[in-house]
Amino acid sequence: MTALVEHIVNPTLIEARERPELIGGGFFAWAREKLFYSWLSSLTTLVLLAAMAKVGISLFQWAFLDAVWSVPAGPQGPITDSCRALGSGACWAVIREKYRFILFGTYPFEQHWRPAIVIALFVGLFVVSAMKRFWRIELAALWGLMLLLIGLLMWGGIFGLTFVSQANWGGLALTLIIATIGVAIAFPLSVLVALGRRSDLPFIKWLCVAYVEVIRGVPLITLLFMASVMFPLLMPEGVNLDKLVRAQIAIILFFAAYLAEVVRGGLQALPKGQYEAAYVLGLSYWQTSRRIVLPQALRTVIPPLVNNFIGFFKDTSLVLIIGLYDLLHSAQVAVAEPAWQGFGVETYIFAGLIYFAFCFAMSRYSQWLEFGLNMLRHR
Amino acid sequence: MTALNNDIQAHNRRATMLGSFVSNVAVRRFIWQALAALALFGSVFWLAANLHHNLAARNIASGFGFLTREAGLPIAEHLIAYTPADSYFRALLVGTLNTLSVAFWSIILATILGTAIGVARTSKNWLLAKLSSIYVDLFRDVPLLLQLFLWYTILQKLPPVRQALNPVAGVFLSNRGLSFPVVDWQAAHGWTLLAFVLCLLATTLYAKRASRKQLEEGRAKSFWPVAIILLVIIPLVVGFSLGASTNLDMPQPKGFNIRGGVTVSPEFFALLVGLVIYNAAFIAEIVRSGLESVGRGQHEAARALGLHPKNILTWIVFPQALRVIVPPLTSQYLNVTKGSSLAVAIGYQDIVSVATTSMNQTGQSIELVGVIMGVYLTISLSISLLMNIYNARVALVER
Repeated sequence: MTALVEHIVNPTLIEARERPELIGGGFFAWAREKLFYSWLSSLTTLVLLAAMAKVGISLFQWAFLDAVWSVPAGPQGPITDSCRALGSGACWAVIREKYRFILFGTYPFEQHWRPAIVIALFVGLFVVSAMKRFWRIELAALWGLMLLLIGLLMWGGIFGLTFVSQANWGGLALTLIIATIGVAIAFPLSVLVALGRRSDLPFIKWLCVAYVEVIRGVPLITLLFMASVMFPLLMPEGVNLDKLVRAQIAIILFFAAYLAEVVRGGLQALPKGQYEAAYVLGLSYWQTSRRIVLPQALRTVIPPLVNNFIGFFKDTSLVLIIGLYDLLHSAQVAVAEPAWQGFGVETYIFAGLIYFAFCFAMSRYSQWLEFGLNMLRHR
Repeated sequence: MTALNNDIQAHNRRATMLGSFVSNVAVRRFIWQALAALALFGSVFWLAANLHHNLAARNIASGFGFLTREAGLPIAEHLIAYTPADSYFRALLVGTLNTLSVAFWSIILATILGTAIGVARTSKNWLLAKLSSIYVDLFRDVPLLLQLFLWYTILQKLPPVRQALNPVAGVFLSNRGLSFPVVDWQAAHGWTLLAFVLCLLATTLYAKRASRKQLEEGRAKSFWPVAIILLVIIPLVVGFSLGASTNLDMPQPKGFNIRGGVTVSPEFFALLVGLVIYNAAFIAEIVRSGLESVGRGQHEAARALGLHPKNILTWIVFPQALRVIVPPLTSQYLNVTKGSSLAVAIGYQDIVSVATTSMNQTGQSIELVGVIMGVYLTISLSISLLMNIYNARVALVER
């Protein structure tokens, strides 16, 4: 009798009792169930293990056992003969020598602490923005303040900081600046474009559709070429913007077109009743958009927005084609001097790991958000 | 009641009398659009005026007259006959064909690799699923341009032709690129190919009829014997009877070069490898989410009906998964095409590369950026159109 009551009171108990136990348990049972459950799966597992061993061992040898971690310094710079010796593996000495160049570009060497703080500030800003408990209006103010502080640190010129022209900005700091400023300006712009695309004013709608479709139809490279080659021709004589600013404008226009499509998806997913209810309440178009439509629409599109941010972060690497020294370009130029020529693989792997760390964190974050949203929906 | 009516009428009269012109919906609609149009045409006019002035100051003649001039621009890889003495128009055409060729092969290979990895991610085998998901995470989260540089650097580190790697007989991998054998092309090969295409058509027709028959009669018709006769035996008979040679044109390392066979340049090869590996990671995710979108109930219902496992996959799971897969796959194909524009960074002469070189030579930057945009917009629209037609075929037919 008590057992019966127990089941009613605590349904998990009955599940726990009726779940069949694994025979044997432990690693072997797990391997039998997951790796060797049929002759085909056993064959697959064995082939994969063999391939992993072969690739893994040679990679391990190249990256660790045969690797050269440091090289002696000579009168004319480092002596890299040990890296070039037959049978030597990865030359990590190039990273030891060049990591500051890859991270900060041609920023004055003794001032490197400034872009280093900037990178830390960016990471902190991202972490704070990712936490749901900070999602309120003050966050926008924090962003403004932080961007101001970052500009102050990078340029300097006051408070005893020496002035550093943006022509000398580079490395990871520049990549983060281009990506963050790009998203920070493109996002509000994209909301306007998305609203415009769903507007019932034909001219506005047509304008937004044309903008989004043309930008999405061409590669980012063409926009960057336009910014670097065509822009000076389109400005009145004497007016010429800096290369970084021009690239930043191209990137903002590019990001905004893609974000506008994501935001439009959120707007479309909103039930019609929301618009009708707002209309009945006598709210104006802007009141409806700001208080009813956008708060709901934007919440649903946060995971795809983050996925787009990942793409944008990677896309900023294209600015090297018009000659800006971002993270990838610094990694490329780091091996330009004769002593280090031929060790591009090592610097690319180093830069690749940094890109990976940022993108992987963002993609896991977006998966976690999506999981939370799905839980909310299914309840 | 009348008092209220009077009130409303008075209010209405006041509203119109005040002539609140700007609160009239039609007027406001007009004003907003007129403002937008004014801003657009005003800025276009301003930019055009600046452009006109700047071009005149730099002595650059605008227009497409330069297209017929001699390009004097060497292009290493060309699918149609080309010499530097040809016109800019032909040079741009060669560049466009190079873009199309690398995009075409990348799309096909990335689809095959991506589908395989996507299916592997849903595998019951833990190791296979884990390795596939590591592949996806690793290659999706590193910029394409960095991967292209990495592959290109690695390909340049390959040994010279004298010590070329020879992984399979007839295939050579050196710092000159990848060489592999091809058949000596004859007319007989053309006929064989034609026979194969016709038989492929016949096979699909037969397969359709067979599955319709099965739905009507409930009995499966044998498919593979017919397919083998049509697809293998008939083309072979055609080929042999016309005397098509089976000789392969084998690549042979000779001195500093490789003679015979087909050699693809390291630039093309690096671009192809980079595009395929990068985009396969995205396609794998698309395929996986498509397969997982088909609910468990569908599998269980099919099994309860007594369908054979392989029929469950082809009749129940794939048709439903395709509905979810095709729209994102379309935009991924567009991304492959746009990604091929990064060729300029590693020196493969695609449309962007040819156009920028022409830009430096002629100064016609406006026209040439227009050409690049036109080419990509045309390709993008064509792919969208084709995939939309296909999507309409696989989409859910609603009542």
